[in-house]
Amino acid sequence: MAKTSISSPKHVEREEFFAPGHRACQGCAEVLAVRLVLKALGKDTIVAMATGCMEIISSPLPITSWRVPWIHNAFENAAAVISGCESGMKALMRKGKIPAKKINFVGMGGDGATADIGMGPLSGALERGHDMIYVCYDNEAYMNTGIQRSSCTPYGASTTTSPAGKKSIGQHTQKKNMVEIAAAHGIPYVATACPSFPFDLMEKVKKASETAGPAYIHILSVCPTGWRINPSEAIKYGRLAVNSCVFPLYEVDHGKYRLTYKPSDKKLIPVSEYLKGQGRFRHLTDSDIETIQAATMKAYERLLRLSEQE
Amino acid sequence: MAKPMEQITWQELETGAVVVEVGNSVQYETGSWRSERPVVDKEKCIKCMFCWLYCPEGCIRQAEEGHFEADLTYCKGCGICAEECPVKCITMVIEEK
Repeated sequence: MAKTSISSPKHVEREEFFAPGHRACQGCAEVLAVRLVLKALGKDTIVAMATGCMEIISSPLPITSWRVPWIHNAFENAAAVISGCESGMKALMRKGKIPAKKINFVGMGGDGATADIGMGPLSGALERGHDMIYVCYDNEAYMNTGIQRSSCTPYGASTTTSPAGKKSIGQHTQKKNMVEIAAAHGIPYVATACPSFPFDLMEKVKKASETAGPAYIHILSVCPTGWRINPSEAIKYGRLAVNSCVFPLYEVDHGKYRLTYKPSDKKLIPVSEYLKGQGRFRHLTDSDIETIQAATMKAYERLLRLSEQE
Repeated sequence: MAKPMEQITWQELETGAVVVEVGNSVQYETGSWRSERPVVDKEKCIKCMFCWLYCPEGCIRQAEEGHFEADLTYCKGCGICAEECPVKCITMVIEEK
């Protein structure tokens, strides 16, 4: 593991850029991820956010939780709006209308806004090479409208539009690999992160901010409401997802793969440890879990191979 | 915001529904959602700040005595701080009125 500059909560920015009084559910790890991302970026940040949980809970007119400039977009166009902000500010700085300084342009969206509805504009923004960061908060379904499946819902999960029953296992397709899709654009920086590993998350956000050109960060955000777990266990389930290799923490820095956290033999757990406590997976049989275990390890071994290549 | 949010009419909103006052959600007190309250054992607290780091509300502050405790105006009682505390000095107590 590379040496990190943030290794203790004492190194973390004390100022809060996301005010309390927001309406997120109890134990929401997604709002924690937003809070940590803003702490890593600091106050010179402009955020464009697609519709989704984080928009609903943070900005019921006339109040807002944001302490940085923020604009609400439709589901599809957060990436388009933030790329416009970046180009506009760059032009104003070039003409001397505003003082030149480093500003972080951040597009944010949930998994629905990123992998389903807003994928076209995101792909366009990544291809045009704007100096921006796009952060996807992946809670693995459309949670704010009541847990409908998205293309990021994992195989076997029960949601209201992919209910498990006698003839259905729940979600029957594999989770869309949005990280690889972003990496396939050949952009300078792509990473996965999880708020259960806050220092790793903040390091990656800082690195994305320092990288010139587009960066994409995919954050697994545990949703106690949609995953049917106890709110107090939100951080624990993020950790289980990483330690069972369901959600490996890695980065693709200028095409070079690197696993930023490898679960040690002692910490490596079977996927059943991660799946068994969650209500959305409780219908799975042992053979279903074996299928998931095999697919998980296959994907993880591919990442291991890629990270060993020079 | 000068007025409480319930009293604001649509004519008083800014053009484009821009909210000019940053972070004014602090007026919305989410503490009433809580069914369990975190109680800190001041003696056992090692001031590691992990509860502050993991709190989704961002409502944990350092008290004058040095230990960390949640601001009950906003604490929704999720119990993450009690679960993540490395020395287990936080216990969740049922709210009774």
